[in-house]
Amino acid sequence: MPDLGKYADTVLSAYAVSILLLILLVVLTLRQGTRARRTLQEVEKRSKPNA
Amino acid sequence: MSMTEDTARPKRPSGFWSYANPVKFLGLSERVLPTLWVLAAISLVAGLIWGFFFTPDDFRQGSTVKIIYLHVPSAMMAINAWAMMLVASLIWLIRRHHVSALAAKAAAPVGVVMTLIALCTGAIWGQPMWGTWWAWDPRLTSFLILFLFYLGYIALWEAIEEPDTAADLTSVLCLVGSVFAVLSRYAVNFWNQGLHQGASLSLDKEENVADVFYFPLLVCIAGFVLLFLALVLYRTGTEIRLRRARALQAREARL
Amino acid sequence: MKALLRRDLMLAVRAGGGFGLGLAFFLIVTVLVPFGVGPQSELLSRIAPGILWLGALLACLLSLDRLLALDWEDGTLDLLATSPLPLEAVLSIKALAHWITTGLPLVLAAPVLAVLLNLPPAGYLWLIVSLALGTPALSVIGTFGAALTVGVKRGGLLMSLLVLPLYVPTLIFGAEVARRGTEGMQVMTPLLMLAGITAGVIALMPFASAAALRVNLR
Repeated sequence: MPDLGKYADTVLSAYAVSILLLILLVVLTLRQGTRARRTLQEVEKRSKPNA
Repeated sequence: MSMTEDTARPKRPSGFWSYANPVKFLGLSERVLPTLWVLAAISLVAGLIWGFFFTPDDFRQGSTVKIIYLHVPSAMMAINAWAMMLVASLIWLIRRHHVSALAAKAAAPVGVVMTLIALCTGAIWGQPMWGTWWAWDPRLTSFLILFLFYLGYIALWEAIEEPDTAADLTSVLCLVGSVFAVLSRYAVNFWNQGLHQGASLSLDKEENVADVFYFPLLVCIAGFVLLFLALVLYRTGTEIRLRRARALQAREARL
Repeated sequence: MKALLRRDLMLAVRAGGGFGLGLAFFLIVTVLVPFGVGPQSELLSRIAPGILWLGALLACLLSLDRLLALDWEDGTLDLLATSPLPLEAVLSIKALAHWITTGLPLVLAAPVLAVLLNLPPAGYLWLIVSLALGTPALSVIGTFGAALTVGVKRGGLLMSLLVLPLYVPTLIFGAEVARRGTEGMQVMTPLLMLAGITAGVIALMPFASAAALRVNLR
C-alpha cells in the first residue's frame, strides 16, 4: 500500500465504492443473462418437442 | 426460372447492418464476448494497479489525485453511454431494427452505474477539497441531472408493457432528454458561476495532466470502454433472448 | 381550434376539474415553508423567489395528469387524433388551456403569496415577469410528459420523474431572474435564456408530444 497520507480514507473509499458498483453491475448482468438463456432454452424445447 | 428467383429474393443487408438481424447479432456477440471480457479485465486491472500503486501524489491534491483513474473514465462513459443510446434510438425510430432498440435499453443500466460511480467518486474527491460531502459544483450537478434522466428512461421502459410501444416512447424520451441535458448543462454552469471558481474537478481536460498520470489514465479509460462494450453486447443478447422467449410464450398461450 | 380551447377550459373549470387545486397547493406550499425553515423574515426574503418558483412549478406538475387522462379514458383522444386538426395543434391547444387554468392563476397569485414570504419590494415585478414567461414552458413540457405516460395506469409519479428533470433549465433561469431582480442586479441574460427556452419549447415540443401520443394511440 503506498503512503496515502492524510487522504487515505478518501482514496480508499472512492476505490471501494467504485469497484463494488462495478462488481455488482457485472454480477447482476451475468445472472440476468444466464436466467434468460435458460428460459429461452426451456421455451424453445417446449415449442419443438420433436426436435 | 432463375431470373424470377433473383428478382424475387429481397436484398440482404450487408456489412454492419447485417447485425440488425438478431440471430446474426447473437452469433457475433458469442464470438466476440470472451475476448472482450478478458481484454476489459486486463486493461482495467492493469490500469488501476498502475495508477494506484505506481504514480506519485499531486502537490496540491495529495494522494486524492489517484481518484482520477476512476472518476474520469466513469464520467466519460456516463456521457458516451447516453450518446450511444441516442444513436441507437434514432436508428430504431428510422430503420426499425429491434436490435438497436434493445441495445439502447441494454446500455441504460450500465450508463446509470457509470454516472453513479462518477458522482460518488466526485463527491468523495471533493470532500477534503471543499469540506462538504456534496457541493453543487457545475460538473457534479450536471451529472446528477444526467442520473435523473437515466432513471426516467429506465422507468419508462419498465412501465410500458408492449415492447414496440416502449421502444418508441423511450426513443422519443431519449431524443428530447438529450436536448434538455445539453440545455441543463449550460443552465447549471450559469447557475453556479459564482462559486467554486478554481476548485472544480477539472483535472482531466483543462489542466495539463503530466505524462506520469496520463498513461495509466489512458489504460483505465480503455478498460472502462472495453467493459462498457462487453456489458452492452452481453445485455443486448440477453434482451434479444428475452424478447424471443416472450414471443414464443405468447404463441404458446394462443394455441 | 377555438372550440377545442373553449371545451378544455370549461372542463378544467367545472367542479372536479381541478381549477382551484393548483392554487390551493401553491398556497399550502408557501405556508408550509416557514414551518420548515423557521420564521426569520430575513431568511425567508432571501429564499422567497426560489420557493415561489418551486411552488408554482410543483402546482403546475400536479394538474398535468388530468390533461390527457380524461380524454384518453373516454376515447376522445382517438377522435381528436382523426380530426382535421393536426395532433400537434391539438396538444398545443391543450397546453394553452392548461396554462390559462393553472399557470396564469399562479402568476397572479404569486405576488400575494410573496407577501407571506417577505419578498422585498424590488422582487415583485421580476417574479411576475419570470413566472409569466416560464409557466407556459412548464405547461408545454408537461404536455409532453403526459403524452408519454398517458397509457400507463397511475402514471402520475412516473410522469413527474420524467418531467421534473426537463423543468430544470426553466427553473434555473426563471428563479435566477426573480432572484437577481430582487437584488437589483442585471436580469437580461437569464431573462433572454428563459424567453428563448419557452419560445423554443412552444415551437418544437408539440411535435415530440404528438409523436408520443400517436404511439400510444396505436
